[in-house]
Amino acid sequence: MGKTIIEANRLSKIFGSFTAVNEITFMVKEAEIFGFLGANGAGKTTAIKMLTGLLSPTSGEAQVAGFDVYNQTEDIKRNIGYMSQRFSLYEDLTVTENIEFYAGIYGLSRSRIKEKTSELVQKLDLGKVQNALIKSLPLGWRQKLAFSVAIIHDPKIVFLDEPTSGVDPITRRQFWELIYEAAYQGITVFVTTHYMDEAEYCDRISMMVDGKIQALDTPELLKKQFDASTMHEVFVKMARPHEKI
Amino acid sequence: MRRFKAFVVKEFYHIFRDTKTLIILFGMPIVQIMLFGYAITNEIKDAKIAILDKSKDHLTVRLSDKILSSGYFQLSEYLYSEAEIEEVFRKGEVKQVVIYDKQFAQKLERDHQAKVQILADATDPNTANTLIKYTSSIINSFQQELAFGNPTPLTIKPEIRMLYNPNLESVFLFVPGLISVILMLISAMMTSISIAREKEIGTMEVLLASPMQPAQVIISKVIPYLILAFSNAIVILLLGYLVFGVPIRGSLLLLLLESILFIVMALSMGILISTITNSQQTALLISLMGLMLPTILLSGFIFPVENMPMPLQLISHLIPAKWFILILKSIMLKGTGILFFWKETLILVGFTFAFTFLSVKKFKIRVA
Amino acid sequence: MRIIYYLVKKELLQIFRNKGMLPIIFVIPIIQLVILSNAADFEIKNLKLYFIDNDHSAFSRLLQSKLEGSQYFMITGSGLGSQNGDAAMQNDLADLVIELPRGFEKKLMREGFDKIQLRINAIDGTKAGLASIYASEVISDYNREIRDRYGASRSLILDHTEGNKIEITYSNWYNPDLNYKTFMVPGILVLLVTMIGAFLSSMNIVREKEIGTIEQINVTPIKKHQFIIGKLFPFWLLGLVELSIGFLIAWLVFEVPFIGNIFLLYGFAALYLLLILGMGLFISTLTQTQQQAMFISWFFLVVFILMSGLFTAIENMPVWAQKVTLFNPIRYFIEVVRMVMLKGSGLFEVRWHILIVLLYAIALNGLAVFRYRKTV
Repeated sequence: MGKTIIEANRLSKIFGSFTAVNEITFMVKEAEIFGFLGANGAGKTTAIKMLTGLLSPTSGEAQVAGFDVYNQTEDIKRNIGYMSQRFSLYEDLTVTENIEFYAGIYGLSRSRIKEKTSELVQKLDLGKVQNALIKSLPLGWRQKLAFSVAIIHDPKIVFLDEPTSGVDPITRRQFWELIYEAAYQGITVFVTTHYMDEAEYCDRISMMVDGKIQALDTPELLKKQFDASTMHEVFVKMARPHEKI
Repeated sequence: MRRFKAFVVKEFYHIFRDTKTLIILFGMPIVQIMLFGYAITNEIKDAKIAILDKSKDHLTVRLSDKILSSGYFQLSEYLYSEAEIEEVFRKGEVKQVVIYDKQFAQKLERDHQAKVQILADATDPNTANTLIKYTSSIINSFQQELAFGNPTPLTIKPEIRMLYNPNLESVFLFVPGLISVILMLISAMMTSISIAREKEIGTMEVLLASPMQPAQVIISKVIPYLILAFSNAIVILLLGYLVFGVPIRGSLLLLLLESILFIVMALSMGILISTITNSQQTALLISLMGLMLPTILLSGFIFPVENMPMPLQLISHLIPAKWFILILKSIMLKGTGILFFWKETLILVGFTFAFTFLSVKKFKIRVA
Repeated sequence: MRIIYYLVKKELLQIFRNKGMLPIIFVIPIIQLVILSNAADFEIKNLKLYFIDNDHSAFSRLLQSKLEGSQYFMITGSGLGSQNGDAAMQNDLADLVIELPRGFEKKLMREGFDKIQLRINAIDGTKAGLASIYASEVISDYNREIRDRYGASRSLILDHTEGNKIEITYSNWYNPDLNYKTFMVPGILVLLVTMIGAFLSSMNIVREKEIGTIEQINVTPIKKHQFIIGKLFPFWLLGLVELSIGFLIAWLVFEVPFIGNIFLLYGFAALYLLLILGMGLFISTLTQTQQQAMFISWFFLVVFILMSGLFTAIENMPVWAQKVTLFNPIRYFIEVVRMVMLKGSGLFEVRWHILIVLLYAIALNGLAVFRYRKTV
């Protein structure tokens, strides 16, 4: 695999007396699908916000796409895509209007925007609803569109924060196909999830518990290490080591 | 009932967690009443005037003195030619110019006739009119002074008594108005927003799916605001009384009851607004854009309703604050009892029922 | 520049898509302009007069008809005994009560002098003050008349000073008919445009915070000033359109004269709108919920509106309050509208207004850009 594109070294975020992220250290390589796993409240979203330049870290170091998360956040933003947990599309705009807007504020040229729009509409099979308001679309479609919009400017890395929560299993599969496609095109995918079955789809995963990274490896090695047959088991063993399954 | 209590408590949590809103809710009416109690007045005081005295004799000097010492006027400058008038008006500070004829005293004594000309800047016609009236009345009494010593025969002297507000304090007029405006906007706005907000976030569906009756859900949402608005009313009344000496001559109990009635009315209006809107933004704009200016202008808060053209007087009947202001003035300043304003009270009750009825109807359509 | 274009386009799409909002933005203000401009009449006429005549004589009837004949009073009741007058006043059926004592005529003929009592409802102090001036005017007129009629028969010699008369003439400049609409229509228009601008802009950014879309924008490389300009511009356009409609109504419906240079006024309005929108956006960056944003802008607007000099003159305020109004943007706009529209003042005369509003606008928009955080 290629060179390192995200590097975090003892990165921490402390809110008052609460340590949301506690000295995490890891690196992600180019075109990798990196899974960031953990229970709700384990600190995944906080970590992702620091890496995307939305939140200033309390201590530690990190570089994203070669830029520093403290003072080069705007350079980082030029090189990443982000799909937040909450809806990132405007519900009162149509499919094409959303695509055009985000492409526009990423500075794509007019002809490129047109190109991208028809490409996306075709790929996601949204031809019939391209002039429908987002709020009239089912959740799964919106999430797929949100992902495509997040990489509309061909970023080096895309951060996905719980992209599939609340989505039915079939749509989740389709969503992961989109992720593979992006990775195949060379985009590094940094994805958080709490669905352990999704973890199997990742190249490497890190397990976060209470703000700390407890384990980091490929799914196969993790399963071997914890003597488990599924990632779900790995997770339960790690999060609650004294309990029997 | 216990469930109901839980809901009310939840609403209180919402309100008290949000300290910013709470500060605004209590702090701002206080600031407003202080500011307006002191600052807003339609009394003429120290209006800037300019004098063009072409005569400069003992009478014009005396008359100018009299005008300037009345408290209504303040000298901005003396002018020396008519050409300066336009300029001084255009600068905008001077509101009135008084011009004495040449040889004023001489003409008055010899020809029994002398001229004073008053020019007012009537871009603000209300002020202009009042200024001219005040000036003429000063000149008239100056005239009588000149005649003094020779008691004129067949004279009736009016003995004037100002009732209810002997010092003509404009704050007496504004406190009832302010209470109405603040209560109206806070109650209607707060409820319409908070219900629209639950709709927007989607929690309204959760609440309605609970075993509580929709009416209970709504009432429990409204009760905290009722209490808040009521305590606001008390704070304003206290400030009016302690700081500005606005009396409460009638029954305090009655005053509080009427206030609760008005708040309930405003809350039911807020509920109605929220049933016809889907987003906070629309709810807010309706309650603000729709209510703010009409409540200020058509309620008799600043402008007397009876001066308005007939169609407007009719429209003003639809402004609930108008009726409440009448009630407040009666209780606070005139000290009269319910016999004098049972009609106004009934009208407020009517509004409350109408708003509630309409919201229930709207709500049913939606649920069905 | 292109980035701003896409932001503006998106905002406009959102505004025009919201079917509930459009009527609020355009229809409500226009209806209010047409209706409310008629409301603000301070001119006191038709004061309700309760006339108590305990004398029933020729003299008392003459006074009654004189009062009736004046344009100021409207006799709404007459009767005997003070208590009826008091009741009328308590019921708001009378603004003032005039009571003539029994034996009024006799005393007047015998002693040449009597007093009558005037009781005035003084809750509205200004109205009461004018009522007393009007009543005194009518009464001194009455005095002159009875002197002319009966004075000679009583062979009283008129002192020569009695004939002295100071003649008062007055004229109302810029608005000779005292048409208060000329004064109110532009003022109310300013208020409406201000309210729309301030409310829409102050809810805007905070709304994206509440919905969550702001995060998506914050991870883009968009510049802070681009974002604020993108938010500012659509509402600025909206405000100017609204203002134009309003001016048209002022001109066509109310026939408000337009003496000054319209471009000067537009230029100033454009500048002023930037100030108001900057204030709204600044509030929006400070708050977490639309509710908070609304309350804060509501508070400032109520203060600004009531202290703008539109409804009650600024000169009447105590000095400290007059100083406070120096921070009131609405005050400047109302002054300029009046100066330019009604008095025909030129660029030179409003130069300070322009400068102040310009600096104010720069400061508020600067603060909005500064306070808008792409990182938390």
